Amino acid sequence: MNNDELLLKLLECVEYGKVNKDAPYPPQMKGQDGADELTRQALAQGIKPADILDNALIKAMEKVGQKYAEKKIFVPQMLVAAKAMNTAMEHLKPYFSSGEVRKKGKFIIGTVSGDLHDIGKNLVAMIVEGAGWEVIDLGVDVGSQKFIQSIANHNGAVVGLSALLTTTMVNMKSIVMDIKAKYPGTRLIIGGAPVNESFSAEIGADGYASDPQGAVSYLNSLVA
Amino acid sequence: MQPIAAKIQLQKILISDGAWGTFLQEKGLAVGECPESWNLNRPDDVLAIAKSYIDAGADMIETNSFGANAFKLTPYGLADKVYELNKAAAQISRKAAGDNHMVLGSIGPTGKMLMMGDITPEQLYNAFRDQAIGLSDGGADALVVETMSDIDEAVLAVKACKENTQREVICTMTFEKTGEDAYHTMMGVTPEQMTEELVKAGASIIGTNCGNGMAQMIGIVKAIRLVNNTIPILVHANAGAPIYRDGKTVFPETPEQMASYVCAVIDAGANIIGGCCGTTPAHISLMVETAKKCRV
Ligand code: B12
Ligand SMILES: [Zn+2]
Repeated sequence: MNNDELLLKLLECVEYGKVNKDAPYPPQMKGQDGADELTRQALAQGIKPADILDNALIKAMEKVGQKYAEKKIFVPQMLVAAKAMNTAMEHLKPYFSSGEVRKKGKFIIGTVSGDLHDIGKNLVAMIVEGAGWEVIDLGVDVGSQKFIQSIANHNGAVVGLSALLTTTMVNMKSIVMDIKAKYPGTRLIIGGAPVNESFSAEIGADGYASDPQGAVSYLNSLVA
Repeated sequence: MQPIAAKIQLQKILISDGAWGTFLQEKGLAVGECPESWNLNRPDDVLAIAKSYIDAGADMIETNSFGANAFKLTPYGLADKVYELNKAAAQISRKAAGDNHMVLGSIGPTGKMLMMGDITPEQLYNAFRDQAIGLSDGGADALVVETMSDIDEAVLAVKACKENTQREVICTMTFEKTGEDAYHTMMGVTPEQMTEELVKAGASIIGTNCGNGMAQMIGIVKAIRLVNNTIPILVHANAGAPIYRDGKTVFPETPEQMASYVCAVIDAGANIIGGCCGTTPAHISLMVETAKKCRV
């Protein structure tokens, strides 16, 4: 395969969630090389890590995010795609840490206090990571203290808050206030099914996005 | 007691109960507090909820056990109390229901995802089995596996109930409208797929719960009826999709609004109707009155 063919094939593996050769999913790609094998092959063939990231992985996740927003695919397809992407990313990690490919910045994300929903937050984390950001995932039921601690450790990081319950979205308000009081320069974006643009403005957050693609656009706009 | 499915064969529309979770919150359940712990700590408050639905005229009531599986109880340090909490839940509802009303033991999802390798099918099965046995021993007449979005988890739960208790098994899933006449659960399951798989797994009543209000249930029930015209169908609808207003969560549909769709849901083919999040005894009482007047 030439470089373009290989990248296209890798894009397809991530888009449809083909993790590696042995993976049974998706059935129509059974026995074929997956994201794991193709990423190794691409590197061996001399394709630049940045090219692999931009022209295969990120493009694939864009397509996935788009299809999800259009309700053409559902959570399982999105999760396997993210898994295939993470598998490919493992091979690229050494180049990121060596500085050959620069991360765009740091993104701290967590589901707020009292809330245990993490499917949406995980998707956002995976796709933001796929878009070239370093992601620090604090998990679920995260309060002000833990966010502030993490910001102290990761200077200049952008912070994302997720909430899925109308009873916990109110906790976003105090978390935003606490963070802004301690680190006024911190940029905060919020998301989750019950929140919206106007709620974001009301509580003093800097951004809102309804899906992972929106989170990426917001983050990229900060470093453009 | 006569099985619920048999009562339905007699052409009778049955009415189920309304919300428990949101009701407990109103009675003071704090964010981060385990709802099922009240079965042991505040049984009188739980009993009061159960009674309020019987008083509203419901034919059957659920139990306060939706999240009482080992996985969801773990963060509260209550994983070793699965049997006790479920048994107590069924006993409380039994006390309120007496001999003339039925008790449905509620079983919700574990929150773990099979496809991501979070857990094995066997671990899931065992968790549902332990819950089912507690509810059955506490005196539930039937078990209702509800708010499911993954078909594999739903099937495992139905089998765990069937294979380890003598109870009738009901299973309902939560759908969203995803297009013109199209409905999917968050995991991409359609009402048609659900029907086929759950009947095969041994559920004797199937249906839909939670979601976005009563009106949307009409299309979902129709979709089930397209592929199966005999299985009894249960609908537990939310009082609309929750919205945030003045610092509080509100479920917008009034008893009148919900009741206005009851005959259409029955026409579409539903046999048992009740409420989910945000519904109150007032909603149920009006459903009872309305259902009496619908032509079947
Ligand atoms: C799965 C689920 C669960 C699972 C969670 C498993 C898990 N590991 O996450 C379990 C079963 C554990 C659960 C428990 C509960 N749940 Co629940 N749950 C759901 C369900 C079905 C799907 C949520 C989901 O994952 N959606 C899919 C993801 C991909 O979408 P998403 O989270 O919205 O995320 C997207 C966007 O919002 C955005 N996004 C998300 N976060 C962020 C963050 C940023 C920074 C950005 C930019 C974007 C962004 O991007 C994501 C991808 O597109 C919803 C109903 C529904 N259909 O939405 C109810 C729902 C959210 N749950 C609800 C309730 C009431 C509960 C319980 C209280 C029930 C109970 N009595 O036990 C508990 C609460 C537990 C707790 N303390 O958190 C209600 C909430 C009502 C309300 N508005 O308050 C819902 C809406 C169901 C309903 N119709 O009533 N639940
Ligand atoms: Zn509900």
